[in-house]
Amino acid sequence: MSVVSRVARGLSLVAGGSVSAQVRPVLSDRLPRGLDERWHLPVPSSPTLNEIFAATPRDGGWAGFLLAQIAQDKPLLWIQDRMAILESGRLHPPGLPSQNLIHIEARDAKDALWAMEEGVRCACLSAVIGELWGDPRTLDFTATRRLAVASERSGTPCWLVRLGGTANLSGARMRWRISSAPSLLNPLDGRASGSPAWDAELFRARGAPPGRWSIAYEADRFHLVAAPGDRALGEERRLSA
Amino acid sequence: MPLLAIERWGKSADSAPEEPVVLTVEGSHGLLIHAVTKAAAALGAQAGARLTDARALEPGLIAVPADPAGDAALVQKLARWAGRWSPLVEVDGDGLRLDVSGVAHLFGGERGLVGDIRKCFARTGLTAHVAIAPTAAAAWALARFSPSSRRLPTGERELLEQLDPLHVSALRLDPETVRTLERLGLKTIGALLEMPRLALARRFRGGGDVVDALDRLIGRKDEPLTAAPADPPPRAALRLEEPATHPEAAAQALERLIPKLVHELQQRHLGARRLSLMGYRVDGSVAAVSVATSIASRGPRHLQRLLADKAATFDPEFGFDAFALTANWSEDLGAAQDSLVEEPAGTRELARLIDRLTVKLGQRAVRRPCAYESHLPEQASGWVAAVSSPAFAGEVARAARRRGPSTSFAGPPPREILGRGKRPHHLLDHPEAIDVIYATPEGMPRRFVWRRAVHDIARAEGPERIAPEWWRQPSSARLRDYYRVEDANGRRYWIYREGVIGDGRGGLPSWFIHGLFG
Repeated sequence: MSVVSRVARGLSLVAGGSVSAQVRPVLSDRLPRGLDERWHLPVPSSPTLNEIFAATPRDGGWAGFLLAQIAQDKPLLWIQDRMAILESGRLHPPGLPSQNLIHIEARDAKDALWAMEEGVRCACLSAVIGELWGDPRTLDFTATRRLAVASERSGTPCWLVRLGGTANLSGARMRWRISSAPSLLNPLDGRASGSPAWDAELFRARGAPPGRWSIAYEADRFHLVAAPGDRALGEERRLSA
Repeated sequence: MPLLAIERWGKSADSAPEEPVVLTVEGSHGLLIHAVTKAAAALGAQAGARLTDARALEPGLIAVPADPAGDAALVQKLARWAGRWSPLVEVDGDGLRLDVSGVAHLFGGERGLVGDIRKCFARTGLTAHVAIAPTAAAAWALARFSPSSRRLPTGERELLEQLDPLHVSALRLDPETVRTLERLGLKTIGALLEMPRLALARRFRGGGDVVDALDRLIGRKDEPLTAAPADPPPRAALRLEEPATHPEAAAQALERLIPKLVHELQQRHLGARRLSLMGYRVDGSVAAVSVATSIASRGPRHLQRLLADKAATFDPEFGFDAFALTANWSEDLGAAQDSLVEEPAGTRELARLIDRLTVKLGQRAVRRPCAYESHLPEQASGWVAAVSSPAFAGEVARAARRRGPSTSFAGPPPREILGRGKRPHHLLDHPEAIDVIYATPEGMPRRFVWRRAVHDIARAEGPERIAPEWWRQPSSARLRDYYRVEDANGRRYWIYREGVIGDGRGGLPSWFIHGLFG
């Protein structure tokens, strides 16, 4: 990396937008494409239906990944079917970033899907999250497609969380498989867990290539982190940087 | 109720009944006596006289200011209470008028009804003079001027027989007319009735209309009763000419009822909080449903959506011949315009969403978080039905700011104390027992088995000690040491050890898993 580019990087980090905008044309023909750009999590261009598969029902990692992507300005509608509550617990508001939410304990997947659709049609919610257990029969392509269309029409993002389900046909625009990864180093206590990290696999997406990343959420954005196997080396580098 | 004022006073005051007490009101020439006790009456005091005159007769009179407003309120209360005998009750000065047509047989005839009324009033400690007559004016006259009469007039002849000896003031004429009549020698109603009608009409033109009073007395002229003003809930009814037996009858009726009800709500500036739809079947049975809303509403489309599903479940059986839609509970709702453009307002939209969800899924399924003052995590995060919760978290927070800091407020828990990531986002309803290998007595957990899966603990943080709430729990409750643990795969859990060795509250401590972190 040349001195110029290093200085320019420093400038863009310190001074922010306006400087980097001036520097960027100089850099772009020197650096290989993509190296100076920060990595961004693939997100849909407009609110739509996203689907998350928890790696195992006992793994709560998906919630951290999901909550990091949700705006908190409006109330949240969180729907759980009864089986999901039994298997992986009921929502616990003190652990959430915002208390402004409506929780629905649906009897079965049919009720849950109905409530999701009602919620998604309403533009007064920041997001609709539905946790469903297993592979209910009512959750077919038509149902997910309806949710996707309603969500795109009202602009309310909808998240379908599948606990212990298989990825069959779905109308979701982005389908993730999330499993927890060993968390980052805790700067205050080496024995405690630090910021959460996830192994995120995007296995189907409209308008974006699928991929698999090891990511963490810190300082209000997602970062790429080293794979767990290389973690010791990666963390050292991160801490020294 | 001739003695209402003094009896009410006697109940509230704690003086002996034999004291000569008079209640006084302000008159144009000093204090006038309003009501007297028996003892005072025996000493020559009488209602309507001046207090100074009565004092001249008996200087020992005790004068107490009367409370006409309180008396009137009591009469109003009694009017509501008298609804037990008849639905039509009117307050008439210090008395009550009841329309008992078609009612008396419920109490064993008119005699039974009068007996019942006397008995009930006697139980309250109030003297009541009761009379039943074909006309309201006659009943008024009989109750006040022949209280001792126990005969109930059945026909017109009997009525006239009883009315004849009464003084002309029983006609409720103004005092001047009464005085004129007395001067003319017409002292009783009987004497007045014998006079030619035309002559009376000519003599008493204008002021006190004697003929009119007589007509009302003997029923030649109607005197309708105006029942005590009740506030009936807004209601829309629909009667069908022929019974409707098709399944959509209720839904169709609803479409016609809702605009009617909404119109009435608009007129009265009300918004419905609870609605009930009744379908009356030809065979006398009634189908009914009710729905509730989370904020007062009178939007026709919203109400329609709430009730449509329920109405569809109505089974016509032999057919409906009438429907009624009632707003049993309504709240004030002024006209509101949120914006110039037709745009759904957030709060109202949200309230409507909550209504729809609640109607379909039930109140227990649709809830909002509500923090409670408790150290135990499962009790600290409570839930309240979204329909009945204090509207919305935003408003709650605003209200809290207005009210200032308050510890018992059911708002969001103090985040600055808890810190982010200190509490799991999912909590098991019932903590599940797990097998844990740990360094005794109070060391870190190393490995645990939950639902037959082994989790090697890579990192752990803790303990966070939550002591039992001794003011709520039994003394045998053990403390909890919570650990945030992360297994080799990075899954993070909230586990706790209940008790410590040697706390004297049981044997070896047991471990539980309580929550999942993300």
